[in-house]
Amino acid sequence: MSALQGTPLPDASPPAVSRVDRATAAAPPRRAPRGTVVATTLLIALLLVPFTPLVLASVSQGYFFPQVIPETFSARAWRLVLDPAGGAWTALGATVRIALTVTALSLVIAIPAGRTLGTRTFRGKRAVELVLLAPVLVPTIAVAIGIHVVFIRLGLAGGTLGVVLVHLVPALPYVVLLSAGVFANAALGLEEQARSLGASPWRRFVHVTVPLVGPGLAVAGLFGFLVSWGQYALTLVIGGGQVVTLPILLFSTASGGDVAVTAATALFHGAPAVLLLVVTSRVLGGSGLTTFGGVR
Amino acid sequence: MTAIPALRSRLRDERVRTWLSLAPALTVVAVLFGGAVVLAGLRSIGLLSPVAGDLATGPSLEAYRSLAGDPELQRAALLTLHVAATSTVLSVVLGVAAALTVHRLVRGRRLAITLLQLNLPIPHVIGAVAILALLGQSGLFARVGARTGLLDAPADFPALVFDPWAIGIIAQYVWKEVPFIAIVALAILAARGDRLDDAARTLGATGWQRLRHVTLPLLLPGVLSAAIIVFAFSFGTFEVPLLLGSSFPAVLPVLAYRRYTDLDLAARPEAMALSVLMTVIVVALVLLGAWLARRAVRADRADRAGRGDPGGRGGRGARTDQDGDRPDRTEVAP
Repeated sequence: MSALQGTPLPDASPPAVSRVDRATAAAPPRRAPRGTVVATTLLIALLLVPFTPLVLASVSQGYFFPQVIPETFSARAWRLVLDPAGGAWTALGATVRIALTVTALSLVIAIPAGRTLGTRTFRGKRAVELVLLAPVLVPTIAVAIGIHVVFIRLGLAGGTLGVVLVHLVPALPYVVLLSAGVFANAALGLEEQARSLGASPWRRFVHVTVPLVGPGLAVAGLFGFLVSWGQYALTLVIGGGQVVTLPILLFSTASGGDVAVTAATALFHGAPAVLLLVVTSRVLGGSGLTTFGGVR
Repeated sequence: MTAIPALRSRLRDERVRTWLSLAPALTVVAVLFGGAVVLAGLRSIGLLSPVAGDLATGPSLEAYRSLAGDPELQRAALLTLHVAATSTVLSVVLGVAAALTVHRLVRGRRLAITLLQLNLPIPHVIGAVAILALLGQSGLFARVGARTGLLDAPADFPALVFDPWAIGIIAQYVWKEVPFIAIVALAILAARGDRLDDAARTLGATGWQRLRHVTLPLLLPGVLSAAIIVFAFSFGTFEVPLLLGSSFPAVLPVLAYRRYTDLDLAARPEAMALSVLMTVIVVALVLLGAWLARRAVRADRADRAGRGDPGGRGGRGARTDQDGDRPDRTEVAP
C-alpha cells in the first residue's frame, strides 16, 4: 500500500494508465468487461467438459470411435445400474452408512476440540493444529498399509467398522479445523449475555449456541461426509474387497471395460455428492464462499 | 464425598478443560494415524512382522537397502515429485487467474461461483474416469479430432494418458484443484479485496500496480496454504495414477501398493519402507514449503514497509509494519 504513495494521479501521467483504467478510475464499473464474461464462461465450460463424455457414453450402445454423439442411444447402462437387485444400490447403501457414521463420529470428536482451537489461546496450540493436520498431508495408502496388519489381528479388516475407523483419519482433520473456524467467527459472547439474563443452560444451547454455530458445523460435517464418500485407498486395503462402496464399485467397473456402465456408475456416484453440496449451500443460505473457502 | 467437589474444581481449571476437549481428537489421530506410521516403521526394519503372522526377522535395514538399489524407486520418486509439483504450480496459477476473473464479474458472480464449486465434491475416481473418457486415445477430444479430419485413427491422437509424462494424471489434479484454489482466493477477495483495490485506485494505481502490490500480496498467505494441501494431495493420491498412469514407472503410492499386494511376502517390508519414505518426503517438503511461504510473506511485507518508510530499512520495516495484516487502515477518507 505505502509503496503506491509516490505514484502520480492518473491525469498527471497518462502513459502509465491504460484506457480501461482511466475510464474506471473514478468508480468501479457497473458491468464487467466483456473479456471477463467470456473468460469466465470458458473456464466453467472447461470445468464441466469432462462430464460430457460420461453423459454421452452412459446413454449409448456401442459407443465406438469416432462417434461423438452416440449413433445408437440406449438405456441399457442406466437400467443395469439402477436395477434394484444390482450392485450399485447395495454399494450406495454401504457408502451412505459408512459416510454418515464417519460424519457423526467426527462431529462428536471435533466439536469440543474445534471450540477450544477456535476460541482459546494456549501453549502448544500451534503444535496441536499441526498434529491434527498431519493426516491430511500423508498419503492415505501409507496409512492403510501401516495399519492393515493390526486390523487383521483385531478382526477389523474386511468389515464396515474397520473402514469407518480408517475413514476417520482423513475426515477428522477437516471437521476439526472447519469447526475451529466456525467457533472463531461466531459471536459466542451472546452465550454469556444469555446467562446473565438468566437463561438456563438448555435454553442457552437451543436458542443461542445452535443458531450461532449450527449451520457452520453442518458444513463441517458435510466435508467429513464427502471425504468418506470419495475414499478409495483406505477402503480398498482395509475393506479388502468385502466392503464395496461406490468408489470401489466404480473402480472395478472401470477396469471391466464396459464404457457405458462405467459412465453411468460414475454419474450415479457423483450426483449425490453434488446434490448434497448444492442443497446444503441453498438451505444454509449465503454464496457458499464463506463456508467452502479454506478447505475443499 | 469430597472427591466430587475436588473433581469439579479441577474441571473448572482452564488448562485441564482445554486439554480434555482436545483429548478425543488427539487420541484418534495418535492411535490411528500415528499408530499406522509407527507400525509401518517397525515393520520396515523387521522389528514387527510385516504380515499377519509371526514373521518378524529382527532388526535389519534390508528393505531400505534393497530399495536403494532399485532403479524403479528413483524413477517413481522423480515421477511423483514431477506430478505433484507440476499439478500444484498449474493449479495455483490457473486458480488465482480464475478467481481474479470471476471476482470482476458484476452480474452472475454468484452463479459463476456455484458452478465453479460443482466439481469440488466429485471423488477422484470419478475425475479419473472422466479424464480417461476425455483425453484417452479414443476419448472425446480424439473423436472430435477425427470428425474434423485432424486425425484418422485413435493412435494418431497424442498419448495423454498412460504416458511417461503423466499428463492425464496432472490434468485430473489440475481440473480438481483449480476450483479449490479459486474458491480460497475468492473468499479472501470477497472479505477484503474490494476496499483495498478501491483505495489503491483512488491513489492512482494502475491495474498492474494494484495486482502486483495489493491483490497478490493479499492472496499470498491463504493461497500458499492451499497450495501445500494441493501438493500433498497430488503427491499421495493413489487411485488417479492407478487408473491414468503408465505401469512403469509408477508413482510412489502405486509402487507401495504393488509391493504390499505382491504374492512374494518378501516384498512386504519394502512396502512398509516405501510408506515410511513417502511420509518422510511429504512431511519434509510440507515443512519446507510452509517455511518458504512464511519467508515469502514476511519478505513481501518487509519489502513494502521498507519502501513506504522514507528512511526505510527493510529489516526494521518487517517488524514495525503490520499493514499486511490489517489493510483497512490504509483506506482513504472520501
